[in-house]
Parts: sequence; structure tokens; C-alpha cells
Amino acid sequence: MRRLLASESNASIVAPAVNWRRIALTWFALPLSAVGALLVGALLIAAFGSNPISGYHALINGAFGGGYALSSTAVKAVPLLLVGVGICISFRANVLNIGGEGQIAMGGLAATATALAVPHLPAVLLVPLVLLAGVGGGFVWGAVPGFFKAYFNVNEILSTIMLNLVAVQLMNYLLAGPMIDTTTPFAVTGKIPQTRLLSKNAWLPIIVHGTQLHLGVVIAVAVALLAYVLLWQTGFGFRLRAVGLSREAATYAGMPVKRTTTLALALSGAFCGLAGAILVFGGISHRMVTDGSLTGFTGSAGFNGIVVALFGGLNPLWTIVSAFLFGGLLVGGTALQGATGVPTDLVTTIEGLVVIFVVSIDFLRRRARVRAEEPPERPGTRTRTRPGLLRLMRARA
Amino acid sequence: MSHFFTYAILTATIASGIQYTAPFLLAALGETLGQRSGVLNLGVDGIMLLGAFSTYYVAYRTGDLGLALVAGLATGAVLGLLTAFMSVTLNAEQGISGIGVYILALGLTDLLFVKLVGTPTPIKPLMGLDIGLLDRIPAVGRMFFHQNALIYVAFLLVPVLGFVLYRTTYGTKVLACGENPAAADSLGINVHRIRYSAVIAGSTMAGLAGATLLINYGIFQENLTQSAGFIAVALVYFGAWKPGGVMAGSLLYGIVTAVIFQWKSLGIIPVSDADLAATAPAVITVLALLSVGRRFRQPSALAKPYVRGA
Repeated sequence: MRRLLASESNASIVAPAVNWRRIALTWFALPLSAVGALLVGALLIAAFGSNPISGYHALINGAFGGGYALSSTAVKAVPLLLVGVGICISFRANVLNIGGEGQIAMGGLAATATALAVPHLPAVLLVPLVLLAGVGGGFVWGAVPGFFKAYFNVNEILSTIMLNLVAVQLMNYLLAGPMIDTTTPFAVTGKIPQTRLLSKNAWLPIIVHGTQLHLGVVIAVAVALLAYVLLWQTGFGFRLRAVGLSREAATYAGMPVKRTTTLALALSGAFCGLAGAILVFGGISHRMVTDGSLTGFTGSAGFNGIVVALFGGLNPLWTIVSAFLFGGLLVGGTALQGATGVPTDLVTTIEGLVVIFVVSIDFLRRRARVRAEEPPERPGTRTRTRPGLLRLMRARA
Repeated sequence: MSHFFTYAILTATIASGIQYTAPFLLAALGETLGQRSGVLNLGVDGIMLLGAFSTYYVAYRTGDLGLALVAGLATGAVLGLLTAFMSVTLNAEQGISGIGVYILALGLTDLLFVKLVGTPTPIKPLMGLDIGLLDRIPAVGRMFFHQNALIYVAFLLVPVLGFVLYRTTYGTKVLACGENPAAADSLGINVHRIRYSAVIAGSTMAGLAGATLLINYGIFQENLTQSAGFIAVALVYFGAWKPGGVMAGSLLYGIVTAVIFQWKSLGIIPVSDADLAATAPAVITVLALLSVGRRFRQPSALAKPYVRGA
């Protein structure tokens, strides 16, 4: 991740001659990769014999045309934003959290279990309580791989993915067993792996009548703002980014690298867990249901959140915009399917392409920066130069 | 009677365990080759998915399994080229570009499956291959020697990869690029070319892994791999980047999966606890990673792009 985020810290230190090429790449790299992905998507639509223009028209209309569409998009954007903010935090610490899916599920389970345990609490208490339970569930599911990475040198990409596999089975087990709906006779439900209708006191209140717009939208935006403050205005955020830029330098500066690494992944998980709680209590069915897969519950938000955060430049504020756009893509995908018959999987394909283009265009951006700012290296030096901690500190002073 | 019964079950379990193992093993061996050259390919799961789909599609259209396998291999090679281009030429962040390939393949396979196939029909299975008279050996015969050809290929590739890595010039170059690309470069080794070739060969094996998985199932379905590719990457760490270790890890994973499946169908594990038991392979892998992380060192230049003179 270091390289993706190096641009800003460098820019503020050295005052280079105006490099238009670099400015263009910095500002237009991300939109350009979106355009590239959408163009490939258009080719695919055309290849299936439909009109890409009318397809995209339907997509935009379905996502952003009118109040109802906008509110659906906002609701769809909530888990993307929360996961995306979590990804900003972990990637900034150079910890690649691929376990969002599992952390969402564990957050959802913890929140659901809480609502099942104390259903009669008043809403003022129960809503915050279930949300906190979600945060806790995700926190634990993120802290484990974080701890393993920091103290046992276990690659976090692998451990988070393996924990996704554990989480899905745990979810299936709990929803088909201990947490199953016993209020309706099994003869009626056929033993669907789902909980009973959860206490009304835990439902997230709708904030605009006649839409699905619930409290979760406000919470998600507030959390993104908080995360921004955390990353750039607090000592913890500073240490976290320092660890991300150079573990060695952070160690040398006496920072608690291991603890910071663990916390980065745990916090990232906590945000995902909150997303899980909101998925349950801001949903339509007000139950937790499983179709046997994680995607069935999360809608792949754990992976899509990575796309969203990358597209937001790993900045929680831009991630708000990015989540809204990608939420629109998900909502509009259904409209596109209606208009052209191209399945919504096209949206997933486009998201994959966005990631590929973002990481690829980053290369051009880096090259432009290197040309502008760095004097020619002595030949024979082996390691790539990275913005060191000292330069970073000077920038703060 | 009961003695015979458990005996038959044991051999059947191990036979199916070996069958489960093959796709993991193929993908993990390919990943080993790539990682030894210094490239982390996290898109394996995506490559397996697209490889499985193209194999299915060609078999479904032409009925020719040989041609279908070629399609699976070719898909792997093309995606390997894409991965290598991003990782080696563009120096992309490898953890993330791999996730990009995965998401792309996940979407694309579903898209193509719905649009090109629609209603799935099973393809002709690949028959078990009896090697000479070996399958007549009591007990182990049918367990080890009545698998389809791809499964033999998978296990055969273990010594082949070991030989290539440790006994050939090419293998030495691969190891050098994975440990110290600058030194390799100074000796006149073309680091980019070596990494390209290792990644493309590894991805081709991932394509074959997808094909093997598909032939085991006999039919394509959405998200057929269920993270098998990611597990394969974990198995490379599990096996400490050595072909033999990777095989041991894959076998453990495959057989534990088979045992749990068998116990579930026999009622040894109650249905209500089956999901809980199914976490075992993943939990074992995480625990194994814990010990590997301390004892073995990954290739020094793993996931670090090589920029000459930088």
C-alpha cells in the first residue's frame, strides 16, 4: 500500500517545478480508471448484442434518478462505506485486510445474538447496544489475524481469508442450530436457517418517510468523518500511518509497531462488524438469514469495500463519495439488467476492472513523481526509496 | 462385517480425499513457482474460476474433453500474462492487483455462464484410469490407482517442480530472482523474463487446477471454487515454498475435508454440528501458518517489484 499513498506526503515536502503531467495523473488517474472499466463494460454489453448507451442510461437512471433511487443507493452504500473506511485504516498501516466478508458476518451474528438475548430493552438502549455488539464481533474477528501478523509473522492476507471460511461455517451452524427461529413450527418453515423476527426495539429507525433511508446512513457518514480525524489528527493515526510507510523506521522511532498493527486490523474488522449489524437491523426482513454463503448475507461488501476504498484514494472522506458511486452501480445494475438483459454480474466485472486499472495507473503516477522529484539514484543501490519517517515528521513540524 | 464396512469406508474416504487434493495441489504448485520467482499471485482463485468455466464451456459445446482441457490451460496462460504484466512490468501492488483479477473473474464467469450457457447440463466425466495392474493391489489399489488422469498429473508435478527448481539452470535463476533480483540482474539474468515465465507457467497450472475441479464436479456453478484458490496460496506458505511441503499440506487439507464429508454422510457427526466441523480444515491451516511464520522464511523478494538501479 505504501506506494499508493506516498504521493501526498511527498508533495508537501518538496516544492517541485509545476509538473502538469503529474498533476493530471494525480487528479485524473482514478476517474480515468473508472472510465476505462466502464468502457470495457460497454464492450461486453455490445458483445452480448445490447446497446451499451441505453444500458448505461438505465443504470444511471436506476441509481441516481429521483428520490427513491437516490435513497436506495444511499442505503446500498452504507456497508460499502463502512468496510471501505475500515480498509482505509488497515491499508494505511500496510495491513491488507481481505477478511471483510467474515468480519461483517461475525458483526451481524454478535448483533443478532444481542437482540435475541435482551429483546425487551427500550430502543434507545437496544439500538446502540446491538450496533456496539456488531463492532465488537468484527473487532475480535479482525484482532485475531492482526495479532497473528504482529506477533507470529503470519501473512494477514491468508489468515483473513481463512477466517472468512471459518466465519461462513460458523454462521451456517449458528443460524441452523442455536439461533434458529423456534417461534414458527418447523412444519411451516421447513427449518430455514434463519432467526426469529428480531425485536422491533433494535430496528434502525427510518429517517425519511416513504424511503428505506435509515439511521445507518447517518452513522456511516459520521464514522467516516471520525476515521478521517483518527487518521490525520491523532497520535494513534500518525503512528498507524508511520507503521504503514516503514515498519523499520517506526520501530527505530520507538513506536509500538506490533500493537499498532494488531489494532489497525482489529479496527478495520470493527468497521466491517458495524456494517454487519446495520445489514441485519437496517434490512427489510429484520432477521438474520443464510443461504449458505457469505455473499448471501454481505452482498460481497467485504470485497467491494476494497474497491471503494482504493477508488477513494484510501481517504475516508473521498471514500464517502466513492461508496455512493459504487452503491449506485449496484442499484443501477438491476435497472441495466432490466433494460438490456445483461446480468448484474456485469457490475462485479466492472469493479474488478476498476481495481486492475487503479493499481496499474498508479504506476504512471509514480513514474511521473519520480521524474519530477527525485534526483537520479546512485547506481547499485538496491532498495527502492520510500518516503522515510523523518521526512514525514518534518512535514508535520 | 463391521470390520469390512469400516475398511471399505476408509479406502473410499482416502480415495475421495486424493480427488479433493488435486485441484489444491495443482494451484499451489503453480503458485509456488511464481512466489519462488518473487511474485505473489493472489488472483489464483479467479484464474481457477475462469479456467473451470472455459473448460466447461468447450466441453459443453464440443463434447471434447481434450479440447476443453486445452481451453482451461490457455485461459490460465492468458491470465498469467495479465498478472505478470501488472506485477512485473507495471510494478503494481501485488496483493491488490490479485484481488482485482479475482473480482473480475468472479463477475465474468457468472456473466458468461448466464449469457452463454443458461441452463447447466453436466458434462461427460473423465473416466478413472487404471494403471497397469496396480489397481488390483488389495487395499491400496483402488485408493491410489483408480483416479482420473488429471489427478496423476497433479501428483506427478510435485517431483517435476522439485527437479525444475533445484536441479536445473532455469530453477536456479527463478530462486535467484525470488531472493535477490539485483544480484541476479548483475549476473546477466533477465529478471523480468524469468518472472514472466514463472508467473505464466504457474497460472497455467492454476487454469488446469480449475479444469480438474470442474471435471471432479462434472458441472459448472457460480463461484465453483469457493475460495479454493486462496486456500492454495495459503498452502504454499503452509508447505514453506517447497513442492513436497506443499503436497503434504494439500493432502492434509483434502483428506480432512473428505473425512468430515464422509463422517457427515455416515452420521458420525450429527447434521446440526456438520457446519461447525467443516471449519476444521481452515482452522488447521491457520494454526499451521502460525508455526510456519516463525520457522520458515519467505523468498526475500516476494511481492517486491524489481526496479533496476532503484
